[in-house]
Amino acid sequence: MASTAGTAPVTTAPASDDSSRRRGLTGYVLLVPGVVWLALFFVIPFYSLVATSLYDPGGSVFSGYEMSYQFSNYWHAIQDYWEPLLRSLWYAGLATLICLVLGYVLAYAIAFKAGRWKNLMLVLVIAPFFTSFLVRTLSWKLILADGGLIVNSLQAVHLLGPDGRLLATPFAVICGIVYNFLPFMVLPLFASIDKIDHRLIEASSDLYANPFVGFWKVTWPLSLPGVVSGTLLTFIPAAGDYINAQLLGSPNQRMVGNVIQNLFTQANDYPAAGALSMILMILIVAMVLFYVRRAGTEELL
Amino acid sequence: MSSSADVAQERRAPARASFDGLRLENLTKSFGAFTAVDDLDLDVPRGSFFALLGPSGCGKTTTLRMVAGLETPTSGGITLAGQDITYAKPYKRPVNTVFQNYALFPHLDIYENVAFGLKRRKAGNVDAQVKEMLSLVELDSQTRKRPAQLSGGQQQRVALARALINKPEVLLLDEPLGALDLKLRRNMQIELKRIQTEVGLTFIHVTHDQEEAMTMADTVAVMNAGVIEQMGAPEELYENPRTTFVANFLGQSNLIEGTIKGRSGDLVTVDMHGIDVSVPAARSHADGDKGWIGIRPEKVLIGDPGEQLDAPGNSVPGGVVSDVSFVGVSTQYLVRMPWGQELQVFAQNTGHRRIYRSGEQVDLSWRPDYAFLLDASQDARAGAQEGTD
Ligand SMILES: Nc1ncnc2c1ncn2[C@@H]1O[C@H](COP(=O)(O)OP(=O)(O)OP(=O)(O)O)[C@@H](O)[C@H]1O
Ligand SMILES: [Mg+2]
Repeated sequence: MASTAGTAPVTTAPASDDSSRRRGLTGYVLLVPGVVWLALFFVIPFYSLVATSLYDPGGSVFSGYEMSYQFSNYWHAIQDYWEPLLRSLWYAGLATLICLVLGYVLAYAIAFKAGRWKNLMLVLVIAPFFTSFLVRTLSWKLILADGGLIVNSLQAVHLLGPDGRLLATPFAVICGIVYNFLPFMVLPLFASIDKIDHRLIEASSDLYANPFVGFWKVTWPLSLPGVVSGTLLTFIPAAGDYINAQLLGSPNQRMVGNVIQNLFTQANDYPAAGALSMILMILIVAMVLFYVRRAGTEELL
Repeated sequence: MSSSADVAQERRAPARASFDGLRLENLTKSFGAFTAVDDLDLDVPRGSFFALLGPSGCGKTTTLRMVAGLETPTSGGITLAGQDITYAKPYKRPVNTVFQNYALFPHLDIYENVAFGLKRRKAGNVDAQVKEMLSLVELDSQTRKRPAQLSGGQQQRVALARALINKPEVLLLDEPLGALDLKLRRNMQIELKRIQTEVGLTFIHVTHDQEEAMTMADTVAVMNAGVIEQMGAPEELYENPRTTFVANFLGQSNLIEGTIKGRSGDLVTVDMHGIDVSVPAARSHADGDKGWIGIRPEKVLIGDPGEQLDAPGNSVPGGVVSDVSFVGVSTQYLVRMPWGQELQVFAQNTGHRRIYRSGEQVDLSWRPDYAFLLDASQDARAGAQEGTD
């Protein structure tokens, strides 16, 4: 009874003409709500975003915009905002990595070591969602505040200079992102690790793999589906996040999400905001495709 | 079990230091209040093919897991070639296992599964060795398939190849042939035996299948409820069982109640429901004055009442045939005896004797050398159900 990793080939049973046609129709009927939903809330907004990003930047919200296929909007957005763009990817990447390490250890412990506490621990992982994202991020502001317990203690042991601070630093922003997105990493990792047959790990140790090698050759590859979905679920929203940078950072930690939000709501520069949104999206899609390809082939090796 | 402890004692005394095989001493494993393996003593000589036979749940897998290092003994010790490995890490033991559930790595293809152990030990010439091993188990055309794409029997052969390729000092086989069809099973039995003799490895083979155990192994140990009931060469176990469990689990036995009348020289005389029968003293394992007289069904001769059967031995008159089944090479009778018990008789269809019909009067007889005597304190039906299915 070997457990199967990856995807199993889907086979369709041959059916008589009549029933297969009916089944086909049923399939389309079942698709309708989803298609309507996607059309309303994805295709139309997406179309309007693409359109906005190509408007003539000379217009304004009050005088209206002209569609002039201004591809230069993209170029200008990159020129003006490459810094927050790169910073977003960097912060999100780093936070994802930290989440992966913390989340893997946690998920592994819950799956293999928690015994009868497993369900309780899973509930505790999800428990932060019971309060609002904003409230939790604000409480980090208190935790890291100047004159707070942590800053004072770090100053006392001279890890932080006398006027050193944690708030308004990249450290605070990344801490916030890691904290907020950790459950998105832990849950898929747990689902993958929990499925691993413990007897496979025993077999690896029977075949001369010490625990370290056994982990890299058996546990890690078998948990890759969870690693891939966990990192995607963490990285994608983290790259577009603006709450953490806004509440825990300073203008020096501005991420692309902050810029887009600012362009849309304060500066009212819709074309630039649209172009920047598109750039972020294209970047993420490209990186994700590349990553999934790589991870997919790695799993096959 | 006093008898098995005696055997182990005898064996251990002379060769304490020089024994270079696998030795289990007073090995015990408890899961909470339940004792899965109970004070087990076992010596497996180096290079032998050792079969561990027993009903489901008797502790075979647990014993192997302790030898492999996957389970820590509650007490007792394990030594291999004079070295204490009781608490050695599994990856440091020169022991490999063919797992009952295969435990193949699902993310690796067949080739990588088989190469796993060699690569971990940084062995040279991996490619050639893997190819050779895969052709030995007739899987050379499937090397790039994943385990999930193989049939149960093919998976089992991969598991075998994956363990065997490491040429461990002791190879543990936990029912490695269970999923194979009869023909492949016979082939693999021969192949396994050949490999074992060729490389001279110690094999410990766990099986439910008594025939497999007896044809393959040099030594068979019959295990029941966490203890070894009896251990020895297959013929010895079959011909001279020491307990009712072994008598019933290995093949079939007729066990008839009797009262011991006397022991003189190398014969024990037993009163069997009014008939005096004798049993060689070497085959008597009863201490009290009561005992079970045991005789294998194929050793019992059947004849017309009053007929002088060719065996000049214990003759038992007054039977009535109650059931006949013709199975080709032999005919199997159930014969009801005057004291109400039904005895099994297997008669070879040599053509010399006629086949009796149900209801006919018959006499039974057997040579005293074939009978054995077991202690009356045991359950006469122990091991009977498990052995026959
Ligand atoms: N981890 C465990 N925890 C509790 N009990 C266990 C554990 N492992 C085995 N046992 C018990 O120990 C007994 C022996 O189990 P074991 O697996 O050794 O049997 P087995 O002889 O290999 O049987 P089978 O022929 O069915 O494989 C069983 O009653 C089983 O329930
Ligand atoms: Mg078992």
